[in-house]
Amino acid sequence: MTITSSNFTQDKQWFDICELIDILPSMGRCALFNDKQIAIFRVITPSGTEDFYAIDNFCPFSNANTLSRGITGNLDGKTVIASPIYKQHFDLSTGVCLEDESVKVNTYLVRLEGGTIQLAA
Amino acid sequence: MSSKVKLVVIGNGPVGHNFLEYLVESGQSNEYQVTVFGEEPLPAYDRVHLTSWFKNQDVADINMVTDGFYPNNNFILHSGDKVTQIDRARKLVTAESGLEVSYDKIILATGSFPFVPPVPGHQRDNIFVYRTIADLEKITAAAKTAKVGAVIGGGLLGLEAAKALMDLNLKTHVVEFAPRLMAVQVDDGGGAMLAKKIQDLGVSVHTQKNTQNIGDGDNAVHKMSFADGEELETDIIVFSAGIRPRDELARQAEIAMGERGGVVINNNCLTSDEDIYAIGEVALWENKIFGLIAPGNAMAHAAVDHLTGTGSSEFAGADMSTKLKLMGVDVASIGDAHGNTPNSRSYTYVNDREEVYKKIVVSEDDKYLLGAVLIGDAAEYGSLLQFMLNKMELPSEPEGLILPSVDGSSAGIGVDALPDSAVLCSCMNVSKADVVEAVQAGACDMAAIKSCTKAATGCGGCTALVTQVLNNELEKQGVEVNTDLCEHFAYTRQDLYNIVRVEKIKSFDELMQKHGSNSEVGLGCDICKPTAASILASCWNDHVLDDKLHGLQDTNDYYMGNMQKDGTYSVVPRVAGGEITPDKLIVLGEVANKYNLYTKITGGQRVDLFGARSEQLPLIWRELVDAGFETGHAYGKSLRTVKSCVGSTWCRYGVQDSMAMSILIENRYKGLRSPHKLKMAVSGCTRECAEAQSKDVGIIATENGWNMYVCGNGGMKPRHADLFASDLSDADLIKYTDRFFMFYIRTADRLQRTSVWMDNMAGGLEYLKSVIIDDKLGLASELEQEMANVVGTYQCEWKTTIDDPIKMKRFEHFVNSKLHDDNVIFTTERKQIRPASAQEKTAEIAIEIS
Ligand code: SRM
Ligand SMILES: Cc1cc2nc3c(=O)[nH]c(=O)nc-3n(C[C@H](O)[C@H](O)[C@H](O)COP(=O)(O)OP(=O)(O)OC[C@H]3O[C@@H](n4cnc5c(N)ncnc54)[C@H](O)[C@@H]3O)c2cc1C
Ligand code: SF4
Ligand code: FES
Repeated sequence: MTITSSNFTQDKQWFDICELIDILPSMGRCALFNDKQIAIFRVITPSGTEDFYAIDNFCPFSNANTLSRGITGNLDGKTVIASPIYKQHFDLSTGVCLEDESVKVNTYLVRLEGGTIQLAA
Repeated sequence: MSSKVKLVVIGNGPVGHNFLEYLVESGQSNEYQVTVFGEEPLPAYDRVHLTSWFKNQDVADINMVTDGFYPNNNFILHSGDKVTQIDRARKLVTAESGLEVSYDKIILATGSFPFVPPVPGHQRDNIFVYRTIADLEKITAAAKTAKVGAVIGGGLLGLEAAKALMDLNLKTHVVEFAPRLMAVQVDDGGGAMLAKKIQDLGVSVHTQKNTQNIGDGDNAVHKMSFADGEELETDIIVFSAGIRPRDELARQAEIAMGERGGVVINNNCLTSDEDIYAIGEVALWENKIFGLIAPGNAMAHAAVDHLTGTGSSEFAGADMSTKLKLMGVDVASIGDAHGNTPNSRSYTYVNDREEVYKKIVVSEDDKYLLGAVLIGDAAEYGSLLQFMLNKMELPSEPEGLILPSVDGSSAGIGVDALPDSAVLCSCMNVSKADVVEAVQAGACDMAAIKSCTKAATGCGGCTALVTQVLNNELEKQGVEVNTDLCEHFAYTRQDLYNIVRVEKIKSFDELMQKHGSNSEVGLGCDICKPTAASILASCWNDHVLDDKLHGLQDTNDYYMGNMQKDGTYSVVPRVAGGEITPDKLIVLGEVANKYNLYTKITGGQRVDLFGARSEQLPLIWRELVDAGFETGHAYGKSLRTVKSCVGSTWCRYGVQDSMAMSILIENRYKGLRSPHKLKMAVSGCTRECAEAQSKDVGIIATENGWNMYVCGNGGMKPRHADLFASDLSDADLIKYTDRFFMFYIRTADRLQRTSVWMDNMAGGLEYLKSVIIDDKLGLASELEQEMANVVGTYQCEWKTTIDDPIKMKRFEHFVNSKLHDDNVIFTTERKQIRPASAQEKTAEIAIEIS
């Protein structure tokens, strides 16, 4: 889910996670948020806009907390992350696995506020 | 048993053996009580590849018999026992050992022997023929004390023998009676070009020389005197003046023979005695002896079909076209090479600079190809042969078939136009239909085609054509031969490599912008990003975590460790050549203890420390680097290990210092990024304790230097490495290895090991040699330059990383907390940690290690 506008979800409460520079362009990092491991991705499109995505860090195929360490990219018009262990792809907007649509990871609300990356609860 | 037909096979050469293979394939072998006699002490070996015996002097390399073939099929084999008599009245065969075997049917497969003209002196010592392993053993032994060798006979086999003498380090002469080399297969122009090329290689060619006497030499063992008064001194003589059928048994048994020898057969390969078949080089069909393996195999097929009644193939003659590489020179001859057909026309193309000679012979009306001679470049062999064999109509200006085309495309043949029955591979008798069928059954690359149809596994002359049919078929099936790397780049890896080199592209973004398929929206993916990273590294060798590169790396490269199944990483420091001091071993033990890592000796002669969490990696590497270790690149598609044996310093058999060499090359090529991982090994002698022949580049010490082997593989589909060059000096070894690796990096596909690369290479080993050793493409210095750049810019990736405090932050598991991943849980087994299983985790019997 791409959220760049701050007034979009007024009913949500936003929490600071880290600074923008803590996540390198086109990479992911894992955040600890409400006892959950959440993988946050910073994707820079060729036109220069920055998109942020957040999904579970837990990979349902390898049962390890590894999704933040995959390679970002796009396939078939979808922005995806490739699992670093067995290379399945997950649609970053919906969490659905491209190779097996019955598998889905959770997605979370994320935004950049000033220079700070925030997750919503 | 008595109800079985008693079948005696006389002769255990390639054709006799293939007869038995076909008999088993026919499903009827149980109906026969089979006894086989072979005069040679060894079971059948592949005479066509006799010369490869020199490589290791090991019969195993050319053995034709799969394990247990004879006993499993209840065939009784008497090796080293020659049949001396066929008694047709009593239906009894007698052997030299005194053994007598009665028969119902005989297969006569006694082959031929080399003809030695009765020149005075031909029985002197140190005079040989070139036909059996025993011959080669004798030649090898004699060569040890010899300096000069001469081959009498400049035909196909004579030139092959000359090559062998050269490889034995003899100053080599070829003496030919006719005015040109390979008089049977090529015309005058072709023969002259061939002689020129062979002389360039250091062999002296003497044509129109009639040897009249062999006597004592003044400076060498023999002196050969020729009819024209000239003389030649030499230590060794090899006769290669043609073959004669070994028809003595038939002669004695009064079976019909040709005027000049050979056992007469009909289309079923039956001789004048209807219980005796003759096949292979002993057989005479329509007054012709066929001195090649393919017709022999066809005869064996026909004989099985007739004998068992399971098939209806008949021997109908054979095409004697040949293509071969003699001392690295392409030579091909097709059909009526001499233009003997009345009114035929011919077109010739000669290029003195490149030393290429090509001629085609066509019918009077220019419509059909009758024959061809190609010297120096035989690329068109496959398509020309198909034009002739299938009587396909030629294009309107047939000379275009051999003229170099202006736009670089080859005129050739559309493979689609070939009939299904067209035989693509004559050695293995594989038709276009067979290849098509294999593709339909799922074979989708040359390696698969080779293993399921055997096509291109004989002389290799058909490789290019078979590849074309394969690709054409894949395309037709809609298994679109899409060679695009991925949806982001409509290029192959090889194309991208060239683009990056030529345009000096330094980043993925630049590559995407200039050459991406849809660069406005394309982000790349997990295929093109690591591929680009690898190419950029091979070309410019910047640090993996450089700002413009880190996002392209697979997690293993990003964390500079292999990710394990629980998300932890392994740590493998380089231990060049497997040599390690006790102090360094202690450091490894201390570090492993301190961080509680699982410790194992790897299959690559070093130590792997498992179970490091990402945030521990920089701490561990700090300690290792301080103790003098470097990264081992166990994670990279790059040089892994150079396995070694202890070599001449300690081992009583060692002939060179294999340790020093392995350390030298491991340090030279460490960090070299490539399409797939690279492994090397160095053995100190022919006992080969380092298993070099299973490596991408394997090196084995010889008395005189190093033998270099290439394109071996262990792993999923093992492949023995091919001998690439012998007795190299240190400098030449490094030079060839530099060129070899860089050429592989330039031309291999993504994730293609050198073994598969080789199996798919048109022209195979010989082509590779011509590029790397003879510098046929004029690339050698460029390749060396590129390697020099990689070697000169090496840095230990871990050392550079831990010296950079900003980069260190990336290794923390959480961006916002110092906690550890609580899903990484170990338990203990055999006194070390291992990842806890899911059950163990839920049962909470695991102890968390922190
Ligand atoms: C650690 C080690 C096994 C061991 O405990 O001894 C090992 C471990 C792995 N091997 Fe291996 N291989 C190891 C020696 C070998 C060898 C033996 C050798 O090199 O002499 C071979 C066969 C030789 C060869 O490659 O030709 C070997 C053939 C493979 C293959 C099959 C390659 C092939 O071409 O068929 C793979 C899969 C691949 O690369 O696609 C593989 C892949 C792997 C991977 C990378 C699998 C993975 O993706 O996780 C393993 C990584 C372990 C790690 O974290 O370090 N490993 N692997 C050995 C490391 C040697 C070293 O010091 O670097
Ligand atoms: C160096 C070399 C390179 C060649 N290269 C090629 C090539 O590139 N392409 C190609 O098509 N062909 C090539 N040939 C030719 C090919 O090897 C022969 O066509 C093939 O070997 C013929 O097989 P064969 O079984 O008929 O005869 P052979 O190979 O001669 O086998 C006959 C066997 O029978 C044994 N024998 C003979 N008499 C008796 C007896 N009385 N009792 C018991 N055993 C007996 C012999 O000892 C021998 O082992 C080459 C040959 C040589 C020597
Ligand atoms: S053989 Fe398989 S399981 Fe064992 S180390 Fe190699 S890749 Fe891993
Ligand atoms: S024609 Fe010789 S291998 Fe195919």
